Amino acid sequence: MSPATNRKKTIVLSKIYKNQIFIPLAAMFILLLFNLIADPGFFKISMGYNSAGNPVLSGYLMTVLDNGSELAILAIGMTLVTAASGGQDISVGAAIAIAGSTLLRVLCGTNTRPETLRTPIFVAFIISMLVAMAFGAFNGALVAIFKIQPMVATLILYTAGRSIAAWINNNELPIISDPKFGYYGGFIPGIPIPTPFFIAAVMVVIITLVLKYTNLGLYTQAVGINESSSRLNGLNPVFIKWLTFVILGACVAVAALIKVSRLSSINYSVIAKDIEMDAILAVALGGNALSGGKFNMAASVIGAFVIQMLTTTLFKFKVPSDALPAYKAVVVILLVVFSAPVVREKLGGLTKNLGIQRKEAA
Amino acid sequence: MTKETLLTMRGIDKVFPGVKALSKVDFTLRKGEIHALMGENGAGKSTLIKVLTGVYTKDEGSIRLDDKEVAIRSPQDAQHMGISTVYQEITLCPNLSVAENMYIGRSDEIYQNWKKMNEGARKMLENLDIPARATQQLGSCSIAVQQMVAIARAVDMDCKVLILDEPTSSLDDQEVQKLFKLMRELKERGVGIIFVTHFLDQVYEVCDRITVLRDGKLVGEYEIKDLPRLQLVSKMLGKELDDLSDIKTEETETKVDKKGEPLFEAEGLSSTEGIKPFDFHISKGEVNGFTGLLGSGRSECVRAIFGADRVVTGSMKKNGKTIKIQKPIDAMKNGIGYLPEDRKIDGIVGDLSVKENIILALQVMRGFFRPFSKAEANAFADEYIKTLSIKTASSDTPIKSLSGGNQQKVILARWLLTHPDYLILDEPTRGIDIGTKVDIQKLVLKLASEGMSITFISSETDEMLRTCSRLIVMRDRKVVGELTGDDLTQNKIMSTIAGGEEKK
Repeated sequence: MSPATNRKKTIVLSKIYKNQIFIPLAAMFILLLFNLIADPGFFKISMGYNSAGNPVLSGYLMTVLDNGSELAILAIGMTLVTAASGGQDISVGAAIAIAGSTLLRVLCGTNTRPETLRTPIFVAFIISMLVAMAFGAFNGALVAIFKIQPMVATLILYTAGRSIAAWINNNELPIISDPKFGYYGGFIPGIPIPTPFFIAAVMVVIITLVLKYTNLGLYTQAVGINESSSRLNGLNPVFIKWLTFVILGACVAVAALIKVSRLSSINYSVIAKDIEMDAILAVALGGNALSGGKFNMAASVIGAFVIQMLTTTLFKFKVPSDALPAYKAVVVILLVVFSAPVVREKLGGLTKNLGIQRKEAA
Repeated sequence: MTKETLLTMRGIDKVFPGVKALSKVDFTLRKGEIHALMGENGAGKSTLIKVLTGVYTKDEGSIRLDDKEVAIRSPQDAQHMGISTVYQEITLCPNLSVAENMYIGRSDEIYQNWKKMNEGARKMLENLDIPARATQQLGSCSIAVQQMVAIARAVDMDCKVLILDEPTSSLDDQEVQKLFKLMRELKERGVGIIFVTHFLDQVYEVCDRITVLRDGKLVGEYEIKDLPRLQLVSKMLGKELDDLSDIKTEETETKVDKKGEPLFEAEGLSSTEGIKPFDFHISKGEVNGFTGLLGSGRSECVRAIFGADRVVTGSMKKNGKTIKIQKPIDAMKNGIGYLPEDRKIDGIVGDLSVKENIILALQVMRGFFRPFSKAEANAFADEYIKTLSIKTASSDTPIKSLSGGNQQKVILARWLLTHPDYLILDEPTRGIDIGTKVDIQKLVLKLASEGMSITFISSETDEMLRTCSRLIVMRDRKVVGELTGDDLTQNKIMSTIAGGEEKK
């Protein structure tokens, strides 16, 4: 190989390496490789029939697509909040409980075992979304107007959210028997791919269009990087920060619909438990600075699916669910360390050196 | 080599990817001298200093300190060898006391003897005649005193070489004098001082010797008396001073006072920043300026006009029509642009690209739902990178990796792109090299001749005299005079600034 092409190759390599999306993709690749070596059964996808007699695809990869969907949806909102406010919302799990509880309350009324739904699902969903956005607005106001550190501000809802959720339904557990409600978290008859994945895909398309046809990306990044100079360029940093929390609220409502639909019921204390940490991790794994500023939405979304892939892999290897967080922590430490700018720079230098050595050898 | 030689750097090379920042640079510092390191932005001053302080490692060359070859691998190494640096930005902790700041990170012991520490600091402050108490919170001192505390800290660490990197850029004249006094005292003690600054006056006031760098190469080392000012400038620029004389000829044209309908008027304006209500007007194609000492309220005045601070009283008119400016976007929609005083805090959006920084203001005016296409944004960016000759690797480079002067040009491009009729430039030339300064002054005059109204603020009075046809003089947050025509002289400005105090 001539030195010129070799150098070109090094440049291309370092370009790929420097691209933010490389981080979650590399993590995904390593996980897939591990599974391939340890047990290729991970990749097996089989066609079966669920209890309702509908054709469904099943397999570990389908589980990842299915369960990673809520996480991907939340990662979208979390990325925006992180970019603009330089902090994270830790109340999304509790907010999902609230939105889910509202959804059930509107659907069931006071009767916890309704024969028929009191309102169309779409209407109930819109109402639950408004409620979730109102709570997002509350968080956003604390952060943007009262300048409270985002994690501290959202700690309030994190603590109180699940009680509020229980209170909305008088601490009862409504159960919905209408099978149609189960479609959102399960399968639509005749379509073997889980619905949550489609919902996540729609959300990704929406946010992609929003980022393309509005200035949401530029404004949130500018505010996150330098609030003062953003203001002098005519932006309203308070409004923009607040807006990101409201958008996260909307994402929460969508995730809540999926979560509640999976069970056709709700358990206030365990629904979407610890999901905020996974959502924040997805943003971090996407290579986005948790201190705000520049972001890459696609990287966050991929990051979310990687986190889910990790969870699924651990389950597959029969890691007991109590011990799961500990195993996850180890993997997460590795991932985060390898995506840290310091390490990447070092590794970048290494590949470059290799290129030079190869050149010398040639 | 004489006996007094303290530090010699020979054949220093430093290469960054794609750029040779230093090439075979020599530098010599003697005991008890103040040595100016001069050069335009990008000449390699900062790189040389960073090599000396261990922030960067040199690629080639040798450094000898006290006649011993040394290898400086980290800032800690440099400090242990007695090389201390005081940067332009204060790098101390404002929420700690003066004494704590002087001793922080220097003790190896677990327990801190507070009494001893405060006593030591008090002695040091007294010794160097610094007007601060040891137990005072650093943040409550003026910037100059903070700067001096940083120097005191450096001196107390037994430094042999003291590097002052643009220490005066945020100080007013009196404060600069205090700092110089301190520098001379240190010189008496045999400390070698490397002084980096953009202010020529200060170089000639305090330095003994000058080393000039250009494009990463050594131009030469001179005794101060052998190098008159004009020659220094031409050595730094690498050309004769045609540029500066150019501006002088243009000057006569623009000095013609353009009487006409005022483009913008303000009456009884005051803001939350405590300026006394003031009246202001500017005509089409006029260049005027606010002058006064630092802290006299000149920036606060223009910030009130732009709505950057909350306006409390007053009314504004543009082209005779009453307008309301409550926040920056209102001003922008009325065709007003504002280049802020503090580039880092208020100007650049560091992580965003040059392109995004250029289009930002216009994009915000255009609206949330109408982003520029990639092609449009690129066209805008390329146009202004070319016309203002902004030195950047590409329009996608993050603005924070540009040099100060080029960052300033990007901010200037941002406002020119909005095509304002009235542009406010608050210290556009601070901390940037002479070449760019001249460029910006020329640009101001050119824009004015094309009909733009401009308010120009600068700490350097001669720069204002060169560009402005009317000066509004401020003292203690109050407008105290207005100078035009023949009154536009250095002396007249000084006496107007000082005026009121004599009457009392």
